[in-house]
Amino acid sequence: MDNAFGQPQNVIVLGGTSDIAQAIVKRLINQRARTVVLAGRNADSLHAAAEQCSQWGATAAPTVVFDAEDPANARATVTAAFDAVGAPVDLVLIAVGLLGDQDADENDADAAARMAAVNFSWPVAALAEIRRRMVAQGTGRILVISSVAAIRVRRSNYLYGGAKAGLDRLCEGLADSLLGTGVTLQILRPGFVRSKMTTGLKEAPFTTGVDEVADVAVKGLSSHKRVITSPPVLAYVFALLRHLPAPLWRKIE
Amino acid sequence: MTKHVLHGWGRTAPSVADVVSPTSEADVITHLATSAHVIARGLGRSYGDAAQLGGGLVLDNRSLRGISPVDADGLVTVGAGVSIDELLSVTMPLGWFVPVTPGTRQVTMGGAVAADVHGKGHHKDGSFGNHVRSMRLVTPVGARTVTPEQDADLFWATMGGMGLTGVVTEITLQMRKIETDRVLVDTDRHKNLDSVMDAMLTGDVHYNYSVAWVDCMTKGASMGRAILERGNHATAADVTELRLQGPTPPKLAVPFNAPSGILNPLSIKIFNEAWFRKAPSHEERAPKTLSTFFHPLDGVKDWNRFYGRKGFVQYQFAVPDAAGETVTTAIDRLSSSGVPSFLAVLKRFGAGNPGPLSFPMPGWTLALDLPVGPSKLPGILDQLDELVLAAGGRIYFAKDARLDPAKAAAMYPRLPEFRRIQAQVDPEHKLTSDLARRLELIGK
Repeated sequence: MDNAFGQPQNVIVLGGTSDIAQAIVKRLINQRARTVVLAGRNADSLHAAAEQCSQWGATAAPTVVFDAEDPANARATVTAAFDAVGAPVDLVLIAVGLLGDQDADENDADAAARMAAVNFSWPVAALAEIRRRMVAQGTGRILVISSVAAIRVRRSNYLYGGAKAGLDRLCEGLADSLLGTGVTLQILRPGFVRSKMTTGLKEAPFTTGVDEVADVAVKGLSSHKRVITSPPVLAYVFALLRHLPAPLWRKIE
Repeated sequence: MTKHVLHGWGRTAPSVADVVSPTSEADVITHLATSAHVIARGLGRSYGDAAQLGGGLVLDNRSLRGISPVDADGLVTVGAGVSIDELLSVTMPLGWFVPVTPGTRQVTMGGAVAADVHGKGHHKDGSFGNHVRSMRLVTPVGARTVTPEQDADLFWATMGGMGLTGVVTEITLQMRKIETDRVLVDTDRHKNLDSVMDAMLTGDVHYNYSVAWVDCMTKGASMGRAILERGNHATAADVTELRLQGPTPPKLAVPFNAPSGILNPLSIKIFNEAWFRKAPSHEERAPKTLSTFFHPLDGVKDWNRFYGRKGFVQYQFAVPDAAGETVTTAIDRLSSSGVPSFLAVLKRFGAGNPGPLSFPMPGWTLALDLPVGPSKLPGILDQLDELVLAAGGRIYFAKDARLDPAKAAAMYPRLPEFRRIQAQVDPEHKLTSDLARRLELIGK
């Protein structure tokens, strides 16, 4: 169960090998998390991440393998993860995402569809099953990792940013739908983060490491804030940027 | 059956459950038979998540009514949903007071049993369970009358068992004869914690009731300055006007949630200063009504709303006499951390009772109200848990909303015994609560 300080004991991570997710999980285990289910694509990486969780102090870290390119498996994946917990789930962290290669993907129908599936369709399908289960529990929290890229979609990564924008806006409505159910949903919007996902890319202003994002995320979990932005200053920066006239917006990209 | 968002008095960690209001033992039996997971709830005065059950069925037992005539020996049979307030309004005019009352009258008989509540008289009278002569208990394997003589294991497991051994529908309670509705109270201001603890160690024995209100916001030489209030029931010879009047309803209320943060270090310091100065530096045998002495906070309805939307936690621990310095360390750490805390309540406990999960143990108990918000608060309380555990002490489940389950098990070494008794009356693990799940009191 969640406690008075918003410290979950049973946690599911969808996208369990994500650097940001791992950094968040490390902090949650340092608080009260004991059962951590990691779901992801690569069994070997998952086992390594699970091993890491055990070293941090998790008493159980089962894994679930799934392919986020196929939303048809979302229900079964969520079911397997809830079954692995075997008790009310306090927190589901959705860290599924694919940055892609904009230049290579933007004229490739299959690649574009893949970007939409991993960043939007699969999480949306999973959220439906998570919502159903958590509302039945009468308790639970969902943290969806979005991106500041979702606030205003840029030319240079519109496949990623556009899919995240869809997920982000959908989650705003989904969070409203949960009022009075005992379940809450929070959206985490990190800026550019140094991680294996962004290796080799040029860093944007206000770039942080995964530890900074995780600190902000865990602090946000103990609050009731709907949207958690990391670093927090980007909330103000993007409040301005989203209203810039389009020619200026294109220029500063 | 309707869905409700339920939380404890601290207004933290809400969950949604189906809520029904049984009006008879037969209703309770039916609900237990037809539901997967059940917990009973009374007036919701547990601070944390003891009387809520996400996704399950919560029995709102306030409709289990009934107060029998008090017999010549002071025995009264009371429905589990009757509050101490309601009981006193009937029995006080007849000269009968409850043997134990916590700091609020707004607890039901069922809740008083589940938490095995204690009051200012614990060093003399023990806790609530010591005065219950029998009870009707509906368990998943049947309803039965449970007494300390005939079914000692189940009786004592139920005292402090947080509702996990069954649903109490009725209790028979030994009341206390009183001649007047007044307590003669001696009040002393103490300039620091050592001073008040010395006074309590040497003098509490002369009083039926004793409590110290400790200021946790002062540092240095006046760290833990306190007001010590101790008293005995006034006899007919002590008063000029013989009166036996029941409790009066609150005149003040907090109509909505205050903004979070209204209770901050500055406002609490001002309040504590006023409270301290208001008390006489020394006063003897001042007659006070039972309501003002026992239930000062009942004067303000819904006072928990002062803490705002984020709510608050109450941290209450007990430690043996040998670990009196744990009290000092706890107050020192809180006062030096700047985490705001209202007046803390310090008491001495007498002997505990046989309940495996009953909280009181001989020694000291300290209770602190702390607003949720400061980011260092969870860590500070985790460290205090370590101290309490190392001292052989424990945390009160009725107040808890954040303890680590491994520490809960270590603080209550008789938990396996409790689980064994619990499993006999609830083999399918129907009885559970958010608290029981969080602290793994009966396993998953």
